[in-house]
Amino acid sequence: MKYDVKKMMMNGLVFPAVGIGAVIGIWAILSQSAAPDLPSPLRIWQESKLYVLEPFTYRGELDQGIGLFTWLSLKMVLKGYALALLIGTPTGFILGSSKLFTKMFDPIFQILRPVSPLAWYPLGLVLFSQARNNTSELAALFTIAMCAMWPTVINTAVGVRAIPQDYLNVARVLKLSPTKRLFKILVPAALPYMFTGYRLSLGLSWLVIVAIEMLSGRPGVGGFLWQEYSSLIYPHIILCIITIGVVGFVLDRLMSVVEANVNHILNLPALIQRGLAAIFARRQLEVSHAVS
Amino acid sequence: MRNPKKYCEIWKLQKSFPSPKGPAIVVKDFDLFLRDGEFVSLIGHSGCGKSTVLSILAGLTTKTAGSIILADKEVRGAGPDRGVVFQAPCLLPWMSAFDNVMIGVDQVFPSAPRAQRRQIAEHYLELVGLADSVHKMPAELSQGMRQRVGIARAFALSPKMLLLDEPFGMLDSLTRLELQQVLLEVWRERKITALMVTHDVDEALFLSDRIAMMTSGPGANVGDILEVPFARPRDRKAVLEHPDYYRLREHLIGFLEGQDHRKPKPVAAEEPLAISAAVLSPA
Ligand SMILES: Nc1ncnc2c1ncn2[C@@H]1O[C@H](COP(=O)(O)OP(=O)(O)O)[C@@H](O)[C@H]1O
Ligand SMILES: [Mg+2]
Repeated sequence: MKYDVKKMMMNGLVFPAVGIGAVIGIWAILSQSAAPDLPSPLRIWQESKLYVLEPFTYRGELDQGIGLFTWLSLKMVLKGYALALLIGTPTGFILGSSKLFTKMFDPIFQILRPVSPLAWYPLGLVLFSQARNNTSELAALFTIAMCAMWPTVINTAVGVRAIPQDYLNVARVLKLSPTKRLFKILVPAALPYMFTGYRLSLGLSWLVIVAIEMLSGRPGVGGFLWQEYSSLIYPHIILCIITIGVVGFVLDRLMSVVEANVNHILNLPALIQRGLAAIFARRQLEVSHAVS
Repeated sequence: MRNPKKYCEIWKLQKSFPSPKGPAIVVKDFDLFLRDGEFVSLIGHSGCGKSTVLSILAGLTTKTAGSIILADKEVRGAGPDRGVVFQAPCLLPWMSAFDNVMIGVDQVFPSAPRAQRRQIAEHYLELVGLADSVHKMPAELSQGMRQRVGIARAFALSPKMLLLDEPFGMLDSLTRLELQQVLLEVWRERKITALMVTHDVDEALFLSDRIAMMTSGPGANVGDILEVPFARPRDRKAVLEHPDYYRLREHLIGFLEGQDHRKPKPVAAEEPLAISAAVLSPA
């Protein structure tokens, strides 16, 4: 056991730390020699200190702590991501269960899927031009949904198609109503695939929001990055890149944990039921003791 | 008027599957009548069409021709009036044993009070010996325990008929003997008319009132029917010691071997018989 802990420390902390150290070292050397325009690690830290050490200070719309910027971007991501799941999940279900629907719409989906967020955003602006103050936000949400829903659509469809015939036979033998069939058989059976889609969609949403902010100048990590580029404050570009990477990584890890525990989520009602049954049984025992 | 000798009638059943060389006729002119409360086994070589017949009865496969009448009604499509026990128990893995039974009970008795429905599910789970594992998930149960849930689920529907497709085929021989006993005990309570597919002659003899022997395909049907005279309730030892046991067993094996000329090597069919004979032979 002790050996295991040591190994985990090595794998989880020491080796990554050595790797990061090496990259910073090479960076420092490059910034002194081959790439004089690349800010050195030290300069990046000195110029970014304020934003990192006071992450939640508001000094102006495009001059906030990095924590605030991240929060602004995350809020947009969560809204757009929710929209992507809301549209993507049912679409995936229909795509997975209807051959006709697949024949009709799969080609369109295949064409829309590779379209870049930079192309969707202007269309969103046009579509929502009526909503005066919210145009840019609605266009951003539209763009996230259009770009990020595809992994959810496709994985859900694959999950539905992969449901074993045995489970569908249970539904047929029991003559389950369509709603019961959906919620008692199809959704639980496809859930592991759906969550793979959800994880990939979240990663895409994060990619998209940064691009949109850069395009629109909306406050957020991407907006900050673009503004600092325009103001020639290059160290902050690096700060933003690191922030974007770290946040994306954390989001992916979080979703992986959820994904790996899908089965436990499904079992939760049964676990609670079992727990209650155990408590109830003990209660009864106590009561019968008290009586006797 | 219901004829008690013809509770379930299978008339001139035919099934063909499309194949590149035109339709492949698997089952043809298959006739079989079951009395009310009768337990009938269907034996035959692997691939002859036993599962196909059962699946048509369950309404999970369409028939090409013929008719099936159950309790005076033509059978159309699948429905909970026929309880099916598959070879693999195929429990829904995201539901506890109890919920796997309950989902069927809810369908069949939608207007009964919830307490009563729970009672039905609990009753059958108890009957198959799972009183202590009611709230376990399928993944926590052994293969044999899962099949017990499968049996409880089928009986809890109070179906007009039970359809069992090699229900013990995936179990080790000891568990198989144990579950045959369990099945008999549950069945004794309400003698639901049952048709069970098996390729184990000892299993068929122990459980059934009659054994229908299927010819080998293509165009398979019932070639011979054997009445099993053992008194119920049955006890394995008494059955094995019955003076007719080995004569009946020879009859079945003789029929199966007779169906075998077309196949060059009868080894595949011999093997399971040999194993069960070894387990069963009285010391
Ligand atoms: N869906 C299907 N399509 C084509 N052929 C099938 C299909 N299902 C079964 N068959 C064929 O029908 C025959 C009988 O199969 P089955 O009823 O499963 O046999 P058994 O249960 O007696 O072993 C086999 O030769 C099999 O290849
Ligand atoms: Mg079969």
